[in-house]
Amino acid sequence: MNQLIDIIFSASFGYAVIRVTTPILFAALGSLIADRAGVINIALEGTMLVSALTGVAISAYTQSAWIGLLAAMIAGGLVGLLLAYFSLNLKTDIVLSGIAINLMASGGTVFVLYLIAKDRGISSSLPSLVLPKIQLPLIDQIPVIGAIFSNHNVLTYASLIAVLVVYIFLYKTPLGLKVRAVGENPDAADSVGISVIRVQYFALIASGVLAGMGGAYMSMGYVSWFAKNMTAGRGFIALAAEAMGGASPVGTFLTSLLFGFADALSNNLQSLSVPAEFIQTIPYIATIVGLVIYASRKTAQINKIKQQEK
Amino acid sequence: MSKNLKFDILRTALAIGIALLIALVIILFVSKEPFTAISQLLLGPLGTVRHFGNVIEMTIPLVFTGLAVSIMFKASQFNLGAEGAFFFGAIGASIIAMKVALPIVVHPIVAILVGGLIGAVITGIPAILKVRWGASELVSSLMLNYVALFLGLYLINYFFRDVSAGAMVSLPFLETANLLVLIPKTRIHFGIFIAAIMTVLAYYYLYKSKRGYEIIVTGENIKFAEYSGIKTGKVILMAQLIGGFIAGAGGATELLGMYTRFSWQALPGYGWDGVIVAILARNNPILVPIAAFFLAYLRIGADLMSRTTDVQNDVIAIIQGIMIVLIVATSFLSKYRHKMIFNEAKENLGESAKEGK
Repeated sequence: MNQLIDIIFSASFGYAVIRVTTPILFAALGSLIADRAGVINIALEGTMLVSALTGVAISAYTQSAWIGLLAAMIAGGLVGLLLAYFSLNLKTDIVLSGIAINLMASGGTVFVLYLIAKDRGISSSLPSLVLPKIQLPLIDQIPVIGAIFSNHNVLTYASLIAVLVVYIFLYKTPLGLKVRAVGENPDAADSVGISVIRVQYFALIASGVLAGMGGAYMSMGYVSWFAKNMTAGRGFIALAAEAMGGASPVGTFLTSLLFGFADALSNNLQSLSVPAEFIQTIPYIATIVGLVIYASRKTAQINKIKQQEK
Repeated sequence: MSKNLKFDILRTALAIGIALLIALVIILFVSKEPFTAISQLLLGPLGTVRHFGNVIEMTIPLVFTGLAVSIMFKASQFNLGAEGAFFFGAIGASIIAMKVALPIVVHPIVAILVGGLIGAVITGIPAILKVRWGASELVSSLMLNYVALFLGLYLINYFFRDVSAGAMVSLPFLETANLLVLIPKTRIHFGIFIAAIMTVLAYYYLYKSKRGYEIIVTGENIKFAEYSGIKTGKVILMAQLIGGFIAGAGGATELLGMYTRFSWQALPGYGWDGVIVAILARNNPILVPIAAFFLAYLRIGADLMSRTTDVQNDVIAIIQGIMIVLIVATSFLSKYRHKMIFNEAKENLGESAKEGK
């Protein structure tokens, strides 16, 4: 037990929490924008995979990590566009569209991986690049805090900035207002002349771009290669994080951090004599528990309001 | 009604056609020997008894998960726990098959029932969380799949592992537990009858029983169901327990029929395949075996293609995705449907006008 406490309160653990939170946070923000526009993006998992592979492939081809990142973001946006086309134009149920995209992505990425790297599991034969780490000036000098917050991948800082950007976008811009209006009540939004479909298209594309950044981080920062199904359910965890975060940017950030904590804990506890299989369930069980707490609190709130009305 | 069915069949066929066409175009682009690849994909499974046997072998688990997902989707519950239920059901059945000495016939029956009950627990948890606290069954069932995977591996690797074997596998099953192989030269096993019985039971339950009707009404319009006095919470829970039971029994059957030890180290994916089968069969149990056979045929064809040519079998993933999207797409061919309904109405009107005279 003491050993456990030692692990949790070490600076390297704090660093690890931030490191593993990044992909979840990006995807959760993506889920947030879609959700606020009234569309569920369950394709985040597949989007991250597609972007992770695109980032590796393009950075290896162009020998520029930044072009790789850009390509990954565009690929993410395109997957979002595809989901929007399926669900908004072809009128396929959006959950089933998402499942279809996830299936296509998990098989399709392996198919493409074999074409470009002649391997069905990992992209290590490709000379792909990673995005740089950044040392924060001044903060770097502070003991403990520097070790936790400095020297992260540039996308980790981008994910923190993204929380702010999404917040400003949703609450301080006209388009953000439209997104919230459409999500709140599409008929009302339609009646004041907002094009519901166009707003939802935008939301799903933006959602895809954010998930794409999460995917790029996985293969160009977290590790330096693409591996088959490397996202391992992070896209789904992000859905849960967003739901638990009460569909607000700050709440989503905090819950993502919570899942990052569980994830980091499971990575670190493997050095203790606890069976690895046991520890690997922690993030998923934490997600279920969190989801139940959030959902039950929400039903309690609704009941309270109903009683007040009486 | 019959026009509707005709339209459904037409649309499904067209969706499959388009998906296959796209796959063929992809193969033409990436392969150096596209024609061998395409003929392997489409005709390979018919080549030998063994390969056709493979198709039937794969159809069996797909029928189970297809039925499981169909019943849950029929109640409009997006519970994706069939994957975990299938896996954990297989684990439960393995433990019975390894450690509990029972006479023949009884042994596999007990193992399959235990597998089914465990499966029901796996899909039942998200159902209870949904009914009791309103937590989304979609997300919690996805999470639970991973929990089932790791807990299952924990059980096998720590308590039932055969340390003398080179790989991470369990102890061998007792011989009394194995299901009978029916056709020599293949591994087609007795599970095919269990799958057939499950199909008939699921069909009668869903379409011919009161409880099944409650599931359908709840799935179509939960408010209406509530107003007509149906206890929707109970119905939702029931649908998911039954779905999980079928999936778990499927995992058990698959393992006892096809393997002599537990050797999976990852989720086998049959739960997700069940979603594809359910969509192809439009959640109708009687169509599930046909859809399962079709998907298994494609899979084996793709495996043969990747074994003999330079095209990877993952191309199948693209076919599946496009099929799902087009089959579920309500606006796909909707103009044609409109026209059909319009013409039918006009004909009826003409007839009734004639009768009037």
